[in-house]
Amino acid sequence: METQDTGEADRGPGHEHRSRDQRDYVLRTVEERGVRLVRLWFTDVLGRHKSVAISPAELETVLDEGLQFDGSAIDGFSRVQESDVLARPDPSTFELLPWADPAEPSGTIFCNITNLDGTSFEGDPRQVLRRNVDRARQVGFEMFCAPEVEFFYFADAGPQPTPLDRASYFDLTTTDVASDLRKQTLHMLEALSIPVEYSFHEDGPSQHEIDLQYTDALTMADSVMTLRLAVKKIAMDRGVYATFMPKPLNGVQGSGMHTHLSLFRDGKNAFHDPDATDGLSTTARSFIAGLLRHAREITAVTNQLVNSYKRINEGYEAPRYVSWARNNRSALVRVPIPKLGKIESTRVEYRALDPACNPYLAFSVLLAAGLRGIEEELVLPAEAAVNLYDLSREEQRDLGVANLPHNLNEALDEMEASELVRHALGDHIFEWFLRNKRAEWNEYQRQVTTFELETYLPNW
Amino acid sequence: MEPLLVFPNPPPPELAQCLDLDGWSWKAVSDAEAAMAEEPDGGWAGAVVVADTDTEGAFALCRRLRKVEVPLQPLLLLVGGSQLDSLDLRDDLFDDFCLSPLRPTELQARIKHLFSRSGREVRPELVGYGPLALNLETYQAVIDGEPLDLTYMEYELLKFLAAHPGKVFTRETLLSRVWGYDYYGGARTVDVHIRRLRAKLGEEHASLIHTVRSVGYRFGQSRWGG
Repeated sequence: METQDTGEADRGPGHEHRSRDQRDYVLRTVEERGVRLVRLWFTDVLGRHKSVAISPAELETVLDEGLQFDGSAIDGFSRVQESDVLARPDPSTFELLPWADPAEPSGTIFCNITNLDGTSFEGDPRQVLRRNVDRARQVGFEMFCAPEVEFFYFADAGPQPTPLDRASYFDLTTTDVASDLRKQTLHMLEALSIPVEYSFHEDGPSQHEIDLQYTDALTMADSVMTLRLAVKKIAMDRGVYATFMPKPLNGVQGSGMHTHLSLFRDGKNAFHDPDATDGLSTTARSFIAGLLRHAREITAVTNQLVNSYKRINEGYEAPRYVSWARNNRSALVRVPIPKLGKIESTRVEYRALDPACNPYLAFSVLLAAGLRGIEEELVLPAEAAVNLYDLSREEQRDLGVANLPHNLNEALDEMEASELVRHALGDHIFEWFLRNKRAEWNEYQRQVTTFELETYLPNW
Repeated sequence: MEPLLVFPNPPPPELAQCLDLDGWSWKAVSDAEAAMAEEPDGGWAGAVVVADTDTEGAFALCRRLRKVEVPLQPLLLLVGGSQLDSLDLRDDLFDDFCLSPLRPTELQARIKHLFSRSGREVRPELVGYGPLALNLETYQAVIDGEPLDLTYMEYELLKFLAAHPGKVFTRETLLSRVWGYDYYGGARTVDVHIRRLRAKLGEEHASLIHTVRSVGYRFGQSRWGG
């Protein structure tokens, strides 16, 4: 448990001045641009977006002192003792909301959550990631992330999802409502300082993918939160529904969030080694080995819904087996071959994540698992050369390839036994998460499903 | 406004960052000869002389700047706490002093005060280049008259680049001059922010920021017209 860090850690002589200047920047911008409302953003343990709006008149005090609120109102924030906490805005994240009414501009700002005495609050996922990023920095590494976020557009949020179109991969038609939605979303994301690398139509009906340009892990987790909000908001304005549910349709591939990871040391890509025959450094190999060793333990965090496992079990682009490969899309960790002369883009792609995860916690456990691999100098097992989807159970056993957990319950068992995940998340979130997710599983176990009714009712 | 003279060359990074953050243009010199040779047409706006490492060199420079017909002022001296006795009998060589290690807020307050006493303009208000204008007082940037919605670091980076048009900066330089100590992500962070800035400048103006291959970035036209 961290007690000293208040999110205002002194990073050198310029720091005091810098934070005052950032605060002034926010206050002056609010004044100059006539901002009417400032939204304080933060995230609960499950990764759901929380927002509190304040007026510009309150902003100065809130920037200096934080906004006090009852933490027990937020999932995962409640504690036995006193429940009041402070939302402390991080002024470096201040943005004007591009979709606000131009006549009434709104600003947004991400917050760190602290206790009333200023110590960091252990239930705040953003602080969990900060702590893990700081641990990496202590051993000289900065982690960069670039997720590929998939989602579906449906006609509404009702229980019978209706795709908007049946266009296939790279298919573009002028009447495609979804492509128009996507264009507008990209425009909004760029305005929110979230650069997009590619955006194209995915395989599934009405399924889309947005690939974000790499940035540091904390900024990226903020960006994923903003992206989910922006995609949903823009869809809603057009009368359709966007969902990041991992597997909304039977027989159609689910939505993943394949995430590219790289470590930099002193501004250089630490995954690249010009002397290695395959260009991959020992650091990279141990990092991957760490991801593989702890893959089963971290899956409850990277894939936190009952529904997440429907995506993993079905295959398609989702990995089922704990393995790595260079150009084998059935592997859990893929190492894309960097383009010629682009050694700085050497990276590994972790393919289990889905877009319903809490990005702060998911990036935290990925970083922790990889770092542990480096720390213990783990040796990378052999690459999976075959298409793992074609393996029989016997072949799989012979190759020594483990499965990812088959369901949330199995994933929670693995997590509960994991010292690594407990250390990465901190006791508070670790225990709350397990309790909450066990309850979700038990609730699910009691449900009579459509499958059962359709299969059993006519026959028994 | 003409630049401030700063000694030594290079100055301590925290001083450079502090002056940059406050929007001062400045130029470092290594001795009195360089101070004469590089004096801008309108004369130096003032001087900040760091005396805690090369004390003799610092006072030699002060003497040359002050023992002339038109003494340079204001002149702010930075000294270490244990060196205060070196100020004895040298009161005419400086207008005020500040203890090092410096506290940025104190340094800025002192510079501001010195300039207000000497009746000179306190700090530059506007940075402009072509269609771009930044108002340093209100922290607002406009392009073609349209406001740009920037985060704080995007604004700081754009301000720094626009204040030094035509000059090529490495990622490391930008990191130390614009970010200082307070950032996540290392030198790659610079690329990320450049990419974000270009997107916000819009297609038409994205090329204001040039990538100089295997070196870094340049804002606006090169000094050689390239």
